[in-house]
Amino acid sequence: MKQKFGIKEVVAIGIGTALFVALTQIQIPLGFIPNTALQPRAALLAFLAAVFGPVVGGAVGLIGHALGDALFYGSVWWSWVFPDAVFGILVGVFASKYAIKDGGFDKKAIALFEIVQVVGNALAWIVVAPVLDILIYAEPANKVFSQGFFAFLGNIIIIAILGTLLAVGYSKIGAKSSSLTKED
Amino acid sequence: MSRVLSYEEKDTWIHRLSGFTKLVFFLLWSITSMLSYDTRVLLVMLVCSFVIFAVSKTQWRQVGTVFQFIMLFLCINLIAIFLFSPDQGTKIYGTQTILFPIAGRYVVTAEQLFYEFNVMIKYLTVIPAVFMFIVTTNPSEFAAALNKVGIHYNIGYSVALALRYIPDVQDDFKKIKNAQEARGIEMSSKAPLMSRIKNMAAILFPLIFSSMERIEVVSNAMELRGFGKYKKRTWYSAKELERNDYLVLIVTVVFTVAALVITFHDGSRFYNPF
Repeated sequence: MKQKFGIKEVVAIGIGTALFVALTQIQIPLGFIPNTALQPRAALLAFLAAVFGPVVGGAVGLIGHALGDALFYGSVWWSWVFPDAVFGILVGVFASKYAIKDGGFDKKAIALFEIVQVVGNALAWIVVAPVLDILIYAEPANKVFSQGFFAFLGNIIIIAILGTLLAVGYSKIGAKSSSLTKED
Repeated sequence: MSRVLSYEEKDTWIHRLSGFTKLVFFLLWSITSMLSYDTRVLLVMLVCSFVIFAVSKTQWRQVGTVFQFIMLFLCINLIAIFLFSPDQGTKIYGTQTILFPIAGRYVVTAEQLFYEFNVMIKYLTVIPAVFMFIVTTNPSEFAAALNKVGIHYNIGYSVALALRYIPDVQDDFKKIKNAQEARGIEMSSKAPLMSRIKNMAAILFPLIFSSMERIEVVSNAMELRGFGKYKKRTWYSAKELERNDYLVLIVTVVFTVAALVITFHDGSRFYNPF
C-alpha cells in the first residue's frame, strides 16, 4: 500500500507533534469525577488525523504522546502511548471522506466523524490500553478497565465538542473545491 | 506553563557519547524494564540508573519539579492498585501471608506489598534513563540518531521539527491566553464546565489555525530547498561512533540479554521469594 507521504506530511507530523506536546498539560478538570480531566490534545489529534490522514494521525499520536510523557513526566507509559497511535490511524483512514480541506465537512461527514471517533476511542481506551497495561505492567484488570473507561468517556466528550468545532471551522476557511458558481 | 526537561550543555563522557548510542541504550533499557518483573534485575537496574545519574552530573534543579510530580503520580497509582485489587499479589505469587487486616476484603498481605514494591521499582528504573537521555542529548543530534537506528529520515526530520517548535507553540499559547484573559475570559475552575470548554476553544482556535498556516509556510520553504529529493541525507550534528560508544553498546546489549535470561529462565517473569 503506497500512502501519500510528502513534505507537507513531514511538517504536519512535526508541528502537529509540537502542538500535541505543548497541550499535554492543558486540561479541563471535569469536577464531578475526581482525577479525570478533559484533554484538549485528544481533540487536536482527532482534528489532525481527520485533515491529514492515517500516517500523520498515527505518527502524531505515537511520537507526541511518547515525547510529551518524556518531557513533562520523565517517563514513558508505553501502554497508553500506543492507543493514541491506534486512534490517530483509525480516524485518519477516513480522511478523504470528511473532505475537511475542500470545505465538504457537511452533516453527513460530521456524522461519520462522530461514529469513527467513538469507535476509535472505544477500541483504543477500552481494549488496547487496558490489555497492554495487563501485559506489560501486570496491573489488576478491574483497575485498568475502569481507568480506560473514564479516558474513553472524557475523550469522546472533548472530541465531540472541540474536535468537531475545529473541523467545521477549518473546513469553512479552507478553499472550497466547488465554491465557483456559474453566472447566468 | 511549568518547567519542561531540557538539554543542557556539559562536558562529561556521557554528553560526548553519540546520540545513536544513547538512543539504543534508552530503547533497550525501556524494553528490559517493561518485560522484566524480576525484583533482582530491577534492583540492579535501579542502582545503575542512579550511578548514571551521578556520572552525567545531572543536578536536582534540572529535574526536581518533574521528579516530584512523578512521585505524586506513583503514590496515587499504588494506592489505586490496592483499592481496586488488594489480592493481586496473591493471584501472582500463589500464596497468602496475611500481615494485618484493615476492613472487609482489604487485607494487607506480604505478597501484595511485594507486588506493589515491584511496580514501584519497575516505574523508577525508567525515569533516570529518560531524564539522562533528554538532559544529555542535543535535540538536533536526536534526529541524526533516529536516522541511524534505521528510521527513515522523514520521520527523523519530523521529530527534529517537533522539538524545534515546542517552545514556539508554548509561547504562542501563553500570548493568546493573556490576550483572551485581557478581554475578560475566565480560565479558572470557577466557571461552569460548558463555558470552560468554550473558553478553552477561544485559545485553541487561534493557536491551531495559526499552526496550520505555519505548516504551509514551513513545508513550502522545505520544498523550495529540495527536501526529500534523495533517498539519504547527511546530518550536520551527527557524531561518529568512538571507542566509548562501542564499549557502551556492547555492555548494554550484554546486560539486556543477561537480564532477560535471568528473568525468563524459570518460565515466569516474576521473581517469587514466597
